[in-house]
Amino acid sequence: MAGSYRISGQGRLTPAKTARFTFDGKPMTGLAGDTVASALLANGVHLVGRSFKYHRPRGILSAGAEEPNALVTIERDAARKTPNVRATVQELYDGLTVSSQNRWPSLSFDVGAVNDLASPFFSAGFYYKTFMWPKAAWKKFYEPNIRAAAGLGVAPDQADPDHYSARYSHCEVLVLGGGAAGLAAALAAAETGVRVIICDEQADFGGALRYEKGAVIDGQDGWGWAQATVAKLAAMDNVQVLSRTTAFGYYAQNFVGLVERVTDHLARPGRDEPRERLWQVRAKRVILATGAIERHMVFANNDRPGVMLASAARTFLNHYGVVVGKQVGVYTANDSAYGAAIDLKKAGVGVAAIVDLRDNPTGPLVDEARALGIEVNHGRAVTSANGSQRIKSMTVQAKGGGAERTIAVDALLMSAGWTPSVHMFSQSRGKVAFDDATKRFLPGTYAQDCVSVGACNGSDSLEDTLEQALAAGAEAAKNAGAKSSKGVSLKVEASEGWSGGMLGAGPGAGADTKVKAFVDYQNDVTAKDIRQAVHEGMRSIEHVKRFTTNGMATDQGKTSNMHGLAIAAEALDKDIPQVGLTTFRAPYTPVTFGAIVNHARHGLFDPTRKTATHNWAEGHGAVFEDVGQWKRAWYFPRAGEDMHAAVNRECVTVRKAAGLFDASTLGKIEVVGPDAAKFMELLYTNPWEKLEVGRCRYGIMLREDGFIYDDGVVGRLAPDRFHVTTTTGGAARVMNHMEDYLQTEFPNLDVWLTSVSEQWAVIAVQGPNSRKIIEPLVEGIDMSDEAMPHMSVREGKISGVPTRLFRMSFTGDRGFEVNVPADFGRAVWEALWAEGQKHGACAYGTEAMHVLRAEKGYIIVGQDTDGTVTPNDAGLDWAVGKKKTDFVGIRGMMRPDLVAKGRRQLVGLKTRDPRTVLEEGAQIVENPKQAIPMKMIGHVTSSYWSENCDRSIAMALVAGGRDRIGETLYVPMPDGVIEVEVTGTMFFDEKGGRLNG
Amino acid sequence: MAKVAVATRSPALAGKSVGGQGVSLKVLEPASRMSLRARPAAKAALSKALGVSLPEKPKTTTTKGGRSALWLGPDEWLVIDEAGGDPLADCASVKGLHSAVDVSHRNVAIAVTGPNAAATINAGCPQDLSLDAFPVGAASRTVLGKVEMVLLRTGEDAFRIECWRSFSDYVYGFLSEAARDG
Amino acid sequence: MLLIHCPYCEEERPELEFRNAGEAHIARSTDIAAESDEDFEKFFFIRSNPKGVIFERWRHIHGCARFFNAARDTITDRFLLTYKAGEPKPDISKLSSEHGPAAWANRPPDQLNVKPKAKRSTKGEA
Repeated sequence: MAGSYRISGQGRLTPAKTARFTFDGKPMTGLAGDTVASALLANGVHLVGRSFKYHRPRGILSAGAEEPNALVTIERDAARKTPNVRATVQELYDGLTVSSQNRWPSLSFDVGAVNDLASPFFSAGFYYKTFMWPKAAWKKFYEPNIRAAAGLGVAPDQADPDHYSARYSHCEVLVLGGGAAGLAAALAAAETGVRVIICDEQADFGGALRYEKGAVIDGQDGWGWAQATVAKLAAMDNVQVLSRTTAFGYYAQNFVGLVERVTDHLARPGRDEPRERLWQVRAKRVILATGAIERHMVFANNDRPGVMLASAARTFLNHYGVVVGKQVGVYTANDSAYGAAIDLKKAGVGVAAIVDLRDNPTGPLVDEARALGIEVNHGRAVTSANGSQRIKSMTVQAKGGGAERTIAVDALLMSAGWTPSVHMFSQSRGKVAFDDATKRFLPGTYAQDCVSVGACNGSDSLEDTLEQALAAGAEAAKNAGAKSSKGVSLKVEASEGWSGGMLGAGPGAGADTKVKAFVDYQNDVTAKDIRQAVHEGMRSIEHVKRFTTNGMATDQGKTSNMHGLAIAAEALDKDIPQVGLTTFRAPYTPVTFGAIVNHARHGLFDPTRKTATHNWAEGHGAVFEDVGQWKRAWYFPRAGEDMHAAVNRECVTVRKAAGLFDASTLGKIEVVGPDAAKFMELLYTNPWEKLEVGRCRYGIMLREDGFIYDDGVVGRLAPDRFHVTTTTGGAARVMNHMEDYLQTEFPNLDVWLTSVSEQWAVIAVQGPNSRKIIEPLVEGIDMSDEAMPHMSVREGKISGVPTRLFRMSFTGDRGFEVNVPADFGRAVWEALWAEGQKHGACAYGTEAMHVLRAEKGYIIVGQDTDGTVTPNDAGLDWAVGKKKTDFVGIRGMMRPDLVAKGRRQLVGLKTRDPRTVLEEGAQIVENPKQAIPMKMIGHVTSSYWSENCDRSIAMALVAGGRDRIGETLYVPMPDGVIEVEVTGTMFFDEKGGRLNG
Repeated sequence: MAKVAVATRSPALAGKSVGGQGVSLKVLEPASRMSLRARPAAKAALSKALGVSLPEKPKTTTTKGGRSALWLGPDEWLVIDEAGGDPLADCASVKGLHSAVDVSHRNVAIAVTGPNAAATINAGCPQDLSLDAFPVGAASRTVLGKVEMVLLRTGEDAFRIECWRSFSDYVYGFLSEAARDG
Repeated sequence: MLLIHCPYCEEERPELEFRNAGEAHIARSTDIAAESDEDFEKFFFIRSNPKGVIFERWRHIHGCARFFNAARDTITDRFLLTYKAGEPKPDISKLSSEHGPAAWANRPPDQLNVKPKAKRSTKGEA
């Protein structure tokens, strides 16, 4: 047998299918289908971890996702290491490596356990009180030490090598939970033909039928019925069955997030299989069949390994064939624990006693337990679990006090009743209502198109559950548009009926005691902590939660919520509904970053946009820079050149001969229609009506606030057609801005906008030899100065393909921009390059482009402007149509502050020492000797070494800048003050003769 | 003037294709494309000139003789011609109010085919791609992961994705990754 | 992720295809250059930011690319209705009476809270 606590003839796993694993280095054997928890228990291991705060030894509490204690680290390899995995959820596979957490040097001897002795210092709110002084010690001493001592597993330090996938999915009916309720609802919905998705967090469907052995549905045992039903569903074309899939978040309009764990249970996952798959499901109707979670009993040392939920012990027996002890005790306030005792007894396990808090429990289960000879104590309580790393005995006492009796046990099964799992309902913004008769919160007011069925809806019997579920499934399908209906009925022939339950601290853990009776195991919150929170003034349950951390973090109150609430209510002397319930938040259980990020990693993190000449530039040694999502050639270093040398050479070559530059990333918008010019008049500051066909103009676009938004050269191709260019970064938003005005403010204009940014590759050929380079390739265009002056545009052919040829310059030298359909960009570039070689041309990148334009004082929107610069500030008043009565920004520009004296204006700066290059962004002051903080009157926007000017050049926004030309100002830097002279913005060829040179 | 060598065309991702789990991707041949905008009064004349009637219903397409007109907006169509025609030239003489702009080189087309085609696209596209919601012939501008695309269903298990040229690396990469999962 | 009904595409489409564009029904003056400082302030800076129903502009930017208007409840985020740009502002009193506690549902709350027909075994109707 795989483990000495595995009983032959029990459980549903196949004894021959063994799987080897290690726990803290020790080799063990389990069975395929085991969870780590069941495999450890089969090997007699109960101690699996240390608690978060007190480092108390902890065991396995549950058999499912609510597990607060048994958090382990799973390791496939160094990078595939996952901390804080619930041992009750992780499936075993051959070769699995499991480690316990939060212990040093070992699990059985943990130095940190001293915290348990020092616990008075670590009580609720200790963070807020203990480490207040001295302030400086927080960062240097307290925080690092607390972080080292607390916390659970350790995150891997390597990149995650797995891949994750994602899928949007749509269905009529989404069923969350695959127990009896979910399966019945899914079946009823699926039979109508609508699209159904059903998911369950476990490897197999069946829910509570996993442990409730006696149930019989339609002549089959419950588990068998569940397997047959899920097989039937899976075979239907309209049904998607998702096992190992947790619904973690319920969002607006029935949008539900599911995470499917695809490979975590496989010994050797396939290469193409994602580790996890994120499903983002949009459902017309959602059926919540999320079941209920069994509560523990709150008594002294209820966290000792071996103390667990009754349903968990029953699951380990009936599903995994594992007994959790040889001599067990039961402590309950609810019938369901009797089922566990009965099953264990029948399997040959000693049941020392059932301790029932109720005075007079009755019913078939109680009778059966007695008939099997199990000692049933009623009106009594377990007041303490004894033992340290494993329970050794339980102390039993009448609930009103009195003589203590110690009973030797090696496991203690407990049940305080069942908490309907309303997490997803609550996340859907539904409001829960307190059912006073059964002391539980149930779905009350719905906020979305969903319905709860089964245990999460308060149903206590299988008959009731199935009846509800079938009705809800059919109803949901009908509401979601099902055209046919096919009645499904199911007959329950046998099942258990449970009743009873209690909330809050049990006897011996009351307000007059100091015992550690845990309410929230994961966060180490005791009944005493909750009372202390109330004692210290917390009144709202939300405050109690935050002060104590009860139900916080990954636990989200699964086991702790109701007990915590009841204890707080008692301390406040209020009814439970008056104290309220804390909000359940997504995610229901932790979700990996991998699943959330899914495909958006590496090259798919963000699109990388490349121009048509990218590969050519790469082949010619270009260094690229990121400009938004674009990769742009930054400079083209030759052998032995650094960036500085390459840029200097490129700048000089362009002015001496010519240069080729890829300007394809500029935004381009084709503005077409009879009202095209009228529209341009409204969107740009400049006048357009009179611009002749074939001519270009530099345009400035403002926002309504009067500040510069974008700029670019616009060519008029026809009376009703403009070719507009925008900045690279502004392409998308300028298009949106123009569409906005066109559609909503000027909808009567007959004009349309089309983005052609990517239709055209743009090759700038700049420099005195530019015409000579282009001319031989061009057909149908007269490129003489007379026929094609500066700022004109012609359509014709280049290299045999269509071109829009602009004569324009962003360097101040004669220049052209050759637009060709993008797929021809590479070939035309190469043809121009070949011609360029005859005339001494080089390829240049964005850095040289920046320097060359700065030499001429041409601004770059977004660098020399920052969203608070008017055309006047930038010295561009000339581009504002003085006779115009309307354009976007015309009124904003006239606001008092925008025309006030002393605004920051764009000027040039020359450093006294021409070798000194200022830093962009550096602040400018009048008097460097003034006291700190100095009065800053401006900042440097652009600054370069200009080889053409043989000195540094800079532009700056300076208060009242244009009136300061000739003045000396100062730029204080960490290593000294730099003296600068305020100048005009043009540093090169002030007369502009080179445009035709 | 000496005879100039005619530039050769270098389409993005030319000829690429890849298979996945029940799905295959293929970068399609270049096509003629036109972004067409028009006032209602011009629609009949444009339809006649193009030889394919401009659809009026949202999310639909009409196709005839290798030429498709996709409804993208209430006054916007994407005309794709794969038969070597020139839709711009065909519209040139239409007098009614319209705007015809050549976007042949702006877009790259990728065919996604196979039983898992819709699931693969749904890795990054939030629309319902069931045949009821997105039947054969349905077309829509929408998103794929972090970029915009135009999606056209050409068959029960076949889609045509059109994206801008510089996003084609991303789109092809995204679909290739999604196709692993099928 | 919300579903937003596009009045041009005539169907609900995922929020990812849309972009918010600020408050609606703020008309730009046809003689904006002559506007007083006070009027310009109102037009350009002042927004209502209500707790409750807000009228706002959206653009189906990755769909039909049209701008349209919407009435949305800022408490629940629920869209009460969407309508084409240029259409008159709908009557707000009529809208607010229609929205109830059902934040997201496509059905009114009274229909939503109809329980399945099966009886529950427990007392205390929630």
